[in-house]
Amino acid sequence: MDVGHLPASEFDSAGLEQSLMGAPDANPVPDMVQLLTIDGELLQDDTYGSYVQGLTPEELRGFYRDMFLVRRFDEEATALQRQGELVMWVPLTGQEGAQIGSGRALKPQDYVFPTYREHGVAYTRGLELAQLLRRFRGISHGGWDPREANFHLYTLVLAAQVPHAVGYAMGMARDRLVNPKLPEAATVAYFGDGASSEGDVHEGMVFAASYNAPVVFFCQNNHWAISVPTEVQSRIPLANRAQGYGFPGVRVDGNDVLAVHAVTRWALEHARSGGGPVLIEAFTYRMSAHTTADDPTKYRLSADEEAWLDRDPLLRMEKYLRNQGLADDAFFEELREEGRNMAVRLRENVQQMEAPGFEDAFADVYAEAHPLIREELDEHRRYEAGFAGADDANPATTDPAAREHTA
Amino acid sequence: MSTTMTMAKAINAGLRAALENHPNSLLMGEDIGSLGGVYRVTEGLKADFGADRVMDTPLAESGIIGTAIGLALRGYLPVCEIQFDGFVFPGFNQITTQLAKMHSRSEGALSAPVVIRIPYGGGIGSIEHHSESPEALFAHTAGLRIITPSNPQDAYWMIQQAVACKDPVIVFEPKRRYWLKGDVDTTAPTSDPFSAHIVREGTDATIVAYGPLVPVALAAAAAAEEDGRSVEVVDLRSISPIDFDTVTESVRKTGRLIVTHEAPTFGGIGGEIAARVAERAFLSLEAPVLRVGGFHMPYPVAKVEEHYLPDIDRLLEALDRSFAY
Repeated sequence: MDVGHLPASEFDSAGLEQSLMGAPDANPVPDMVQLLTIDGELLQDDTYGSYVQGLTPEELRGFYRDMFLVRRFDEEATALQRQGELVMWVPLTGQEGAQIGSGRALKPQDYVFPTYREHGVAYTRGLELAQLLRRFRGISHGGWDPREANFHLYTLVLAAQVPHAVGYAMGMARDRLVNPKLPEAATVAYFGDGASSEGDVHEGMVFAASYNAPVVFFCQNNHWAISVPTEVQSRIPLANRAQGYGFPGVRVDGNDVLAVHAVTRWALEHARSGGGPVLIEAFTYRMSAHTTADDPTKYRLSADEEAWLDRDPLLRMEKYLRNQGLADDAFFEELREEGRNMAVRLRENVQQMEAPGFEDAFADVYAEAHPLIREELDEHRRYEAGFAGADDANPATTDPAAREHTA
Repeated sequence: MSTTMTMAKAINAGLRAALENHPNSLLMGEDIGSLGGVYRVTEGLKADFGADRVMDTPLAESGIIGTAIGLALRGYLPVCEIQFDGFVFPGFNQITTQLAKMHSRSEGALSAPVVIRIPYGGGIGSIEHHSESPEALFAHTAGLRIITPSNPQDAYWMIQQAVACKDPVIVFEPKRRYWLKGDVDTTAPTSDPFSAHIVREGTDATIVAYGPLVPVALAAAAAAEEDGRSVEVVDLRSISPIDFDTVTESVRKTGRLIVTHEAPTFGGIGGEIAARVAERAFLSLEAPVLRVGGFHMPYPVAKVEEHYLPDIDRLLEALDRSFAY
């Protein structure tokens, strides 16, 4: 599809064939960083190779383990949604390489501003995965204390977190001016190819460049903004946009966990050491739906999905580990067992999560006392108290079942 | 110690005090550094506190508010300046969906004590987007606090109280009163910034006003006195929360209420006050609560804005209608 000739109403499905690798492939970036081939062979790379050369076998297996467990978590969360235990779920399947690779490049003092699909990054930060489900169970708008794992709350308004990451990074740099003993630190702003069209990404990048903020913009180009393909978002590779802001942009194979890890480590070191912002475009693919309310069969081709199956980040890392003799059948079977146990625990945990009392919703609207909150809480309590003892007199007024029966 | 100064100078002095008292506070906005802001409210502050504390930012309201939120999450106290009322809307998303909800979304774990200064209101003979009063749009959003000074004393202290507040605070500054002079006692703060003040005592009717219209309400009350009517004037000062106790108490005493603001009356703060007073003091009312405000139209062109803005005559006419009941 030629972006200069977009159809007036809906996207031409014939044009979708070109989205097999996304529009940028029609205009390829010569330098997409890749360290692992689809067959799991390690490639030489003078710039980024050194960032993975020193990884121990345990660390290499750890990459696979993280990706496997996060996918297992994702499957379980999807099942929980289908069973009515969650009000919605946002799957990440296909993006594990981008998330585990980048998440494992972070240091504890770094701070992550996710969008709403960064379950893998959350896992690398040590966040209890069940906490991620509190929002999707409909019992919290947050779910965790961001300060405990330096992992901010999910943000549903697209790209709104990007300027937050920049401001936070500006604060980090200021802190070090006052106290040079503080460790060098950076923020990472995660967002998708769809969000890259939002003004906040642009404004965030302008501010980051203006103040040389230690921030890494990590764009997971998963090719689909719900049903709208990447070529409708950008006529050039997203990584190339960085040049317009005056900082480096790197496109990396997002399904190559080692390449993502290497590039992110480089970018974070660049940012932490005062080099300023970096944009990473992780070229990946959302293999599942946008959310559990989505139906990808309405807008994309099965051939497209099948082609990306071969690029599965888990499959590729498994081939590498087996090729190198770093993992055997026993390892993978053990991991499957661990995944099953994790899923059981997760399910139990979620089913035990109870909704808060409605009065809790009044509690944290303001940090300091606000008379309107007090007044409306009192009104609510008076209203509720009006039903006290009413059960005996007229059950229909308080019991929904009885009310329905008598209606 | 009492000093006479303009409201603009009082805000400037208040910001200076905030920068001195809170080492983690900083100012950010377009043109606020060397220029001192388009209204010169931040004049001289960059020279004294440095470009790191008084930051000229790129021209991007969402970026200003958004990065301020990030700085606040890191422990800083940012005070953002938006150049004009009508230019706040590119930052509206950040203010309403992010800033207002940061504390509740995190179940109290995080706070984002960002202050946003917005020169607002008309009467300066300017062009489109330079004379609007969008306070109700923000007051409707839980999590934000909104205050508006009407005199230099309040202007000096309220900005400092806003900086010290743990919640996000929008300070709507009545730009046509920037040159209003008054005494400022720099040794003693005014009361709680979220309370209303009775600025003129009366017994026959109450006018509730805020920001730029407080002097108009006072002038109308003085004119009404010549007709033998004793009008009490309440300076609301805070739009979220609203000090309904002070308003209701005044209406119980006078029996009549006129609410005035420059913003359109439909869906405005005046309607909220009228409804609350009807709920709380219905039997004390001698007449319906009346509103004198802007019309349901975009803020009109400068050459006819005098017909749009509440003035003494429109307030006196409303008083006549109230007394006619």
